[in-house]
Amino acid sequence: MDLIRYQTRDLAPWSALDRWGNLRDELNSFFEMPFWSGFARAGQLFTGWSPALDLYESGDNVVAVVELPGMRKEDIDISLHDGTLTISGERKRESTGGGKAQRTERYVGTFRRSIALPTRVDADKVTATYQDGILKVTLPKAEEAKPKQIQVS
Amino acid sequence: MNTLTRETRDGDRAQAEQFISPPASVIEGADGYTLEVEMPGVTKDGFDISFENNELTIIGRRSLPAVEGMLIHHESRPDNFRRTFELDPSIDANKISAKIEHGLVTLTLPKAEHVKPRKITVS
Repeated sequence: MDLIRYQTRDLAPWSALDRWGNLRDELNSFFEMPFWSGFARAGQLFTGWSPALDLYESGDNVVAVVELPGMRKEDIDISLHDGTLTISGERKRESTGGGKAQRTERYVGTFRRSIALPTRVDADKVTATYQDGILKVTLPKAEEAKPKQIQVS
Repeated sequence: MNTLTRETRDGDRAQAEQFISPPASVIEGADGYTLEVEMPGVTKDGFDISFENNELTIIGRRSLPAVEGMLIHHESRPDNFRRTFELDPSIDANKISAKIEHGLVTLTLPKAEHVKPRKITVS
């Protein structure tokens, strides 16, 4: 899959209308894609697994925290392109062991979240941890984006 | 046989603490039920399961990672999780087991021996 091309599109600034933003992004990417692959991904639009994402900013870092319960570490992808952080992944349908699903509220399938970062970050120093179903991505700010004290001489 | 998935909605009354209801999946197998409940940020210590009056209550208290800095984009809810299920009488409540891994609680609810399907061979 060519993940790169979706990261270059313009992202709306976050707002209370975020869900509409997502929908618009989805529709845009749906039409950008070849016909068949658009259909393959259409499922995501309607099942709508959109894990909660929080973004923090401190003097040195930007930190993204995403709720991703019951994932495997290997199934989470994190990429950074043009100041946009994209977290995507897939939760595979687990075998029910021949059982019958009586109730299915948990989403299965792929998700993708993109967020424009408020400042420039040092892409080489990005670290991520996954613990208790919470993904934490720490993005150290680029030197020029850090706040600086200037002494009056 | 469907009582396992029937929730007790009035269980939320008379509670000062705010809870949110996490998504859950229920799978019925020949030997019992498997219940999966999503509780991101809950560790083994914050997890509480109780059984009373044929009701199974699962509570997950979150220990969220402390993050330095100002919250500039917020979607998560800090509330703890709670969900109640009324159990099918066929479940052997003494044999319920639970595990929590990557914020996903998996409960195994075996059926009592006497209700398991049994194959009888004609001699």
